[in-house]
Amino acid sequence: MNEQAFYTKDLSVYYGEKQAVKKISMDFPDRQVVALIGPSGCGKSTFLRSLNRMNDLIAGCRIEGEVWIGGQNICDPATDVVSLRQKIGMVWQRPNPFHKSIYENIAFGPRYHGIRGRKELDRIVEDCLRKTALWDEVKDRLDQSGLALSGGQQQRLCIARSLAVKPRILLMDEPASALDPVSTAKIEELIGELKKEYSIVIVTHNMQQAARISDRTAFFFLGDLVEYDDTQKMFTNPSRKSTDDYLSGRFG
Amino acid sequence: MQATTSKVRSDASPLAGKRPKHAREELRGRIYIYFCVLLMIVTIFSIVYFIASRGLAPFFSGDVGIGDMLLGQTWRPEGAPAAFGAFPFLFGSFATSLLAAIISAPLGFCASIFMTEIMPKFGRTALQPAIELLAGIPSVVYGFVGLSVVVPFLRNNFPGQGIGILAGAIVLSIMILPTITTIATDSLRSLPHGLKEGSYALGATRWQTISRIVLPTTLPSLLTGVVLGIARAFGEALAVQMVIGNAPVIPHSLFESATTLTSVITLEMGNTTSGSLHNNALWSLALMLLIMTFLFVFVVRMLERRTKR
Repeated sequence: MNEQAFYTKDLSVYYGEKQAVKKISMDFPDRQVVALIGPSGCGKSTFLRSLNRMNDLIAGCRIEGEVWIGGQNICDPATDVVSLRQKIGMVWQRPNPFHKSIYENIAFGPRYHGIRGRKELDRIVEDCLRKTALWDEVKDRLDQSGLALSGGQQQRLCIARSLAVKPRILLMDEPASALDPVSTAKIEELIGELKKEYSIVIVTHNMQQAARISDRTAFFFLGDLVEYDDTQKMFTNPSRKSTDDYLSGRFG
Repeated sequence: MQATTSKVRSDASPLAGKRPKHAREELRGRIYIYFCVLLMIVTIFSIVYFIASRGLAPFFSGDVGIGDMLLGQTWRPEGAPAAFGAFPFLFGSFATSLLAAIISAPLGFCASIFMTEIMPKFGRTALQPAIELLAGIPSVVYGFVGLSVVVPFLRNNFPGQGIGILAGAIVLSIMILPTITTIATDSLRSLPHGLKEGSYALGATRWQTISRIVLPTTLPSLLTGVVLGIARAFGEALAVQMVIGNAPVIPHSLFESATTLTSVITLEMGNTTSGSLHNNALWSLALMLLIMTFLFVFVVRMLERRTKR
């Protein structure tokens, strides 16, 4: 069994009066991929966003419970959100590169955190682009706009960007659902590579994708965690009937 | 042969002669729209033609050289010999408009950041209506306020009479604040949400996100607002005229009287007879205003093109 990277304890998220995530306790093993699946509106994205306090940006959103990362409960209001988000990278469904050059997109995060030396930045940019298999595709045009890349490349650029601040955990919210099959395959391959160094939590609507890339899978339904187990067991022999129904397409 | 054709025609006639209802509506709508567009185009072109024909007359008649008017510093239309140097007016117009933009742009940008990023709810319910209200105040009221508040303040605290370039610029800066703020707010609101989230997720603070992502990304639209503000300031006559002092000279400090193209036109138009050289020279000033407006519109178009890229 791998070492535990972080865990949640009785985590609930409310939007106003509505409880979107209901008392979820999960632990996330180090250097593994955990897939969160479930029908739309089941709270999996909300759960994901509360792991790096992105829900703070939404008015009327309230979090109860605990998320323990590196011996620290990040739901504590005293938590330094800036350094927390440095430890946890995030990638969205729609690629959102900044309106800047490829180089600047990646150098952006490190600059925030005080790295100014040109050599150091050059090294980080190359390193992150190599990790996301973009280096060979873009090394001759680092000064071009990030928006000039294809959708799949943009998404890999966004992943590279989040790696640049040296996180330990990567959160991905349907990272491939806006991409074509070839780009999707590249992202999946990339996730397989990245899990050697990072703990990854990925929300996906694509059940085959969850089966292909994840080590553990969690099934969310109406804000509850229905089942959480090794991916292989979940897909071959789930212990709950609703999991089985969802995975075989009988509802949702 | 003949019979068949006529037969075909008579078969077709019930349909062809009486168009279906929707086609007739379509035609009516089209005629109406084309008429309106034509009217607009004709109006604009006749205004431009009128101003240009009057405004260019002094140059064609040889009474005034273009260079003398643009660069000459003496305006003595009724003197002997008459002099038509409009440089002090151009200078005054540019100085007041640019100063107004320099005062107003930071205020407008900050107000729009406050309304979109810091306190969206308060901004939308209180600040935005207040700023839009500013746009609805008539310019004579601005001039009056300027004359009774700004001018005495400047007179008591700075050298000079209070009236002058700075007084005009301050009044104008308040007048163009709504233009700059409204356009800036619109462009900040239309910023893709993902960009800000992306920045926050990298551990950026709100200030870092605003200064390094939000402002640089929306810069062309922000500048569009500023240029439109300058264009409005450039064309404003009444309010400036009330506080600027109307002396046809190039001022040596911010607190000295000056004048603008618009002020000269409004002040002198009534005292000239149509067709006289003096009257035509005023039309030349109007032509300059028109050309400047074209230039501003052109700059805005360029900025918009940059935004789209």
